[in-house]
Amino acid sequence: MIEIENVRKSFGQLEVLKGINLTVEKGEVLTIIGGSGSGKSTLLTCINGLETIDSGRIVVDGTDVHAKGTDLNKLRRKLGIVFQQFNAFPHLTVLENVMLAPVKVLGQSKAEAEAMAVKQLTHVGLGDKLKVYPSRMSGGQQQRMAIARALAMSPAYMLFDEVTSALDPQLVGEVLDTLRMLASEGMTMICVTHEMKFAREVSDRVAFFHKGVMAEIAPPEALFGAPKDADLKTFLAATH
Amino acid sequence: MFDTALTLADLGFLAKGAAMTLAVTAVSVLAGTVLGVLFGVIRNQVGPYWSMPLTFLLDIFRSVPLLIQLVLGNAMQSIMKLGWAPFTTSCVVLSLYTAAYCTEIVRGGISSVPATTRRAARSLGMTWWQDMRYIVAPLATRVSLPAWIGLTLGVMKDSALVLWLGLIELLRASQILVTRLQEPLFILLICGAIYFIISFPIARLGGYLERRWSND
Repeated sequence: MIEIENVRKSFGQLEVLKGINLTVEKGEVLTIIGGSGSGKSTLLTCINGLETIDSGRIVVDGTDVHAKGTDLNKLRRKLGIVFQQFNAFPHLTVLENVMLAPVKVLGQSKAEAEAMAVKQLTHVGLGDKLKVYPSRMSGGQQQRMAIARALAMSPAYMLFDEVTSALDPQLVGEVLDTLRMLASEGMTMICVTHEMKFAREVSDRVAFFHKGVMAEIAPPEALFGAPKDADLKTFLAATH
Repeated sequence: MFDTALTLADLGFLAKGAAMTLAVTAVSVLAGTVLGVLFGVIRNQVGPYWSMPLTFLLDIFRSVPLLIQLVLGNAMQSIMKLGWAPFTTSCVVLSLYTAAYCTEIVRGGISSVPATTRRAARSLGMTWWQDMRYIVAPLATRVSLPAWIGLTLGVMKDSALVLWLGLIELLRASQILVTRLQEPLFILLICGAIYFIISFPIARLGGYLERRWSND
């Protein structure tokens, strides 16, 4: 369970998170929508401790992420994150990209890690690209590799930060299909996304962020069907 | 048509000079690179403000002509009664000189690794050290290699200046022969050829590694 309690965060003068309260249960798929600068991506990077917070608490399975003495490297093993940029390690093959962290961080044997990597890469449809270098693949393939790389750590939660935003339109589908598959398998996911149709299909709940505030959170039928917040109505009218 | 007084023994003398050049270069480049990597990482890690003293020190080694550094370094070791042999003094000064340039090369290489890539590594649970070792080091090395090869070749030629401390390296050996045999052009031609023979493999090694690491 991820518990977010009254989290505030500023970059200089700009307050990007103005007291966020949110709980994500195991097995839940939560999507976060909202305009750029609404703080949704910042929240994700605060959850795995890549960003600090100014006040409030984020607790993951009982561990206070930003408490002094929290072993972030250990915590991050259970929080997979995939970013907008694909962030492939360009000097490693696809297989090596996925195997690196399980071997170095989890201390798995090469054989163990390779078996896991092959399984995850096959799962995201890259079973035939094992020996290829990332530069030889399309953006969609690189992004699916990044997903497999995060999954190889057997995380309990997956965070997706606008993973389709940097993709050519024709490549968005293959990545969303991968996310749909994960959701249907019961993975706990928080997805920051601009894909409204996707959010409507896969989410248990959808949260709308506006100017650092979570303006509305509801199951997709309610949020898209009968939005209450005025900013959300404007946002949805603009995106349709 | 062509007549020379140069004997086989003289060629051996040149070869010994070349060996000295190689030794000074090898020690200086090795030590300078180790220091350069250390300083480069420190400069990258602590930011421009805290690394100011280090940056200033390295700037001195980059701006003062090497000849002056050698002469001053030698004077200093003798004032401080360190009792260093000319070879030691030469290597120490050249190492610091190399380190000053290498620091910049390393710093540039590290900054060339995108912050987002490093973020991805850390988000997989890798420690700072693991990120450095498995992601930053290989990527930065690829970027820095051409500049580092250039530095190595430069240091090898600059190492000729250690002759001022009395070391008989390749250039000094040639000078001695020129004085004795009065055949400057021929001997300098040989001397230049030897420099080339030493440099060429290093330059080729660089090209080979670049190709091998290009992943395509």
